[in-house]
Amino acid sequence: MVTLKINGEDHTVDVPPDMPLLWVLRDVVGLTGTKFGCGMALCGACTVHVDGTPTRSCVTPVSAVAGKKITTIEAIGETPSGKKVQKAWLDLDVVQCGYCQSGQIMSASALLASNLKPTDADIDAAMAGNLCRCGTYARIRAAIKQAAQSKSTAIKGA
Amino acid sequence: MSLEQLLYAAKGGTESISKGGISRRTFLKASAAAGGGLLLSFSLPALMRNAEAAETATANTFAPNAFIRIDRQGRVTLVVHQVEMGQGTYTSLPMLLAEELEVDLAQVHLEHAPPDDKLYANPLIGFQATGGSNSVRGAWEPLRRAGATARSMLMSAACATWNVDSNSCRAEKGEVIHVPTGRKLNYGALVDKAATLPVPDQVTLKDPKDFKLIGTPVKRLDSHDKVNGKAQYSIDVKVPGMKIATVAACPVFGGKLARVDDGKAKAIKGVHQVVRLDDAVAVIADHMWAAKQGLAALDIQWDEGPNAKLGTADIVQQLEAASQKPGVVARKDGDVAKAMAGAAQKVEAVYQVPFLAHAAMEPLSCTVHVRKDGCDVWVGTQVATRAQATAAQVTGFPPEKIRVHNHLLGGGFGRRLDVDFITQAVQIAKQVDGPVKVIWTREEDIQHDIYRPYYYDRLAAGLDGQGMPIAWSHRVTASSILARWYPPAFKEGLDPDAVEGAAEPPYALPNVLVDYVRQEPPGIVTGWWRGVGPTHNIFVVESFIDELAAAAKKDPVEYRRALLGKSPRARAVLDLATEKAGWGRPLPEGHGRGVSVQHAFGSYLAQVAEVAVSKEGEVRVQRVVCAVDCGMIVNPDTVKAQMEGGIIFGITAALFEEITIKDGRVEQHNFNDYRILRINEAPVVEVYLVKSAESPGGIGEPGTSAIAPAVTNAIFAATGKRIRKLPVKPDQLRSA
Repeated sequence: MVTLKINGEDHTVDVPPDMPLLWVLRDVVGLTGTKFGCGMALCGACTVHVDGTPTRSCVTPVSAVAGKKITTIEAIGETPSGKKVQKAWLDLDVVQCGYCQSGQIMSASALLASNLKPTDADIDAAMAGNLCRCGTYARIRAAIKQAAQSKSTAIKGA
Repeated sequence: MSLEQLLYAAKGGTESISKGGISRRTFLKASAAAGGGLLLSFSLPALMRNAEAAETATANTFAPNAFIRIDRQGRVTLVVHQVEMGQGTYTSLPMLLAEELEVDLAQVHLEHAPPDDKLYANPLIGFQATGGSNSVRGAWEPLRRAGATARSMLMSAACATWNVDSNSCRAEKGEVIHVPTGRKLNYGALVDKAATLPVPDQVTLKDPKDFKLIGTPVKRLDSHDKVNGKAQYSIDVKVPGMKIATVAACPVFGGKLARVDDGKAKAIKGVHQVVRLDDAVAVIADHMWAAKQGLAALDIQWDEGPNAKLGTADIVQQLEAASQKPGVVARKDGDVAKAMAGAAQKVEAVYQVPFLAHAAMEPLSCTVHVRKDGCDVWVGTQVATRAQATAAQVTGFPPEKIRVHNHLLGGGFGRRLDVDFITQAVQIAKQVDGPVKVIWTREEDIQHDIYRPYYYDRLAAGLDGQGMPIAWSHRVTASSILARWYPPAFKEGLDPDAVEGAAEPPYALPNVLVDYVRQEPPGIVTGWWRGVGPTHNIFVVESFIDELAAAAKKDPVEYRRALLGKSPRARAVLDLATEKAGWGRPLPEGHGRGVSVQHAFGSYLAQVAEVAVSKEGEVRVQRVVCAVDCGMIVNPDTVKAQMEGGIIFGITAALFEEITIKDGRVEQHNFNDYRILRINEAPVVEVYLVKSAESPGGIGEPGTSAIAPAVTNAIFAATGKRIRKLPVKPDQLRSA
């Protein structure tokens, strides 16, 4: 038994300690917004925040995150940076198939939470681990810049 | 003739049926909707219709595959067979309807087909397929006509209610307004009466100058749920009592399962069952982790079969040998041999492009529940009726006992035009009590893809004294996708997809011979990949034209312009792209610009790529300028997005992607050895749209198919080295 603090709620789950957080979220807790892409931390589709740090849930054993604050795409809009990022994603119509975008948004919102004015190099460093097969990279870059410029107080309902 | 046109002609699609003298009215019916409201049933052209449907359908058969329902609240629901895989169809199609129906786009809700049998009595027949950059092109006229018909009937209902002349009313934002008095009635209040009225014989479509919505950059309708985790893909399906399975198919092409020891797997907590298929093993568990652990714990013996020693070199050797002999003629103009004999200069080349995987971000998955009285399939597919057919075949149920619940696609790119993974999931589910979701690992997805064919092309051209081409021959040697996927379109040995983009280049070439040799690789199934035939042929043709310009010592743009006199749309995009790119302006050493021109999918494109090649031979695409004439534009932002993304997709293939085979197995596994372009490697892409009144062309694929030659021609400009084989290898370009 392990207790996880996910999006502000406690979930006690009966799973093996080495089970990756990804599958606990998707198959046990039922939060499917976090996506499976590779299982080897190569594509970033499974990115969540653990105590605010972007983390590849597909290679993170559940035992390593017990008691820590886990945030997924379902609740990222409740954080100031997540809200800004979601709004910029909508304003610039970033998504295509959308499958990788949960992970993109999680990586982008972690970047903006720690860096108010990311440069292109900062964006490359923070986002190079997130693959997008539809090729939405240019809009992702532009949306991060737009989100960085927006004031969090001015945003309503991402 | 394009692939789609050919398939229409082959199968008697909607176009040819309506030409057979049946009034359009036959193909649009109105009735009362269950639960109240107006239901319009009509037909949108599918990419093609299946053989059975075409054989049994008579000219009088009314077989709708699209529905518009307007309920008593005025809510408009559009049900179509097309599926959203990122290309923006679920925004473009509602735009076409809303424009003529005179409703706000926000009032239109879109549902996946197949429709709910309780709401829509007509079962889907025919062959649904989303592909070939075909959705908007096919729906352009019929969907607007359906919208105009519904609007006309609602207006008639209002006029009858008020007892006024129809000329005194107009429709706007979901209401009919009686202009002289200002009285208004919402569509919802008119639907029941409208449902009793006859369908008008004729409706007038708007003049494009009066469009309010079409041509404007409308925001995608599917974005909200894709930024907050709510969007439901096949892999996200949740069904009560569902188990999770993962599967390993025989790693060798054509191999079978010999035996498996599952003792250790079954001892793992959460593992319920091990299912054996002819060529695969699946582990059924409570969750994916247990299923994966279980699969790893199996001791499997494969019967590797006849392909156990197969390698890429064997396949290329077979293609090379097959390419020596003449093929089936796809195009013959003039006398190539005679013109070649009289040429001042002869240029010859062999081009090769590799097997490719699709590697959509969503790995394949399919959830199936085989019950005593039928079967449910939850999946994301580009071909819902084929999903239904394969489930029927595996279970033995008639098709009407199979319910296919289609989902958003986490990328299609042609992979989900095949149903092998659905067949397999149903075979597994047949042995499982209750619903089961079968998820392929990324490794399974890469190693058991249906691959883009390996193409081996021979080209020759004869140039006159001025260096202009007077003879052109092009032989394509490869497997045939159509012969497997849609045999009626494979006629007398010719695969029209394999030569699309080769048989009809936009250039004025006086003597042309294009032929095709079919050569199937042993055990390997090949299929559609974004950009289909043109992705390979545009690379070859646009590279070879560049070679001719170099042989003639002429500028590649001027050389092309001189050959495009009879193709003003192609010349216009070439001029626009080169002007915006600053063609001819000096670049630093190691940098180069390359150009490509394309007419495919009903659209014209020109691209200019700017590359930097390092001393180590690493290629970096820095900037791409793309000019597009895709006819009438429904949503300019969607066109731009498709070009931006399609270009990235094509650059990945040009620089990185390659499936190779050793000992009968695919050598690549995951994104570590099947490399995808990342954000830090992506170029700036500029897209310029040409205004046009021509019919809409496709936009999902042209960006991808035109980019590789622009990149490799730029590499030639930068290094003097001609790339005739993809992907580009740094070893070839190393100068240090």
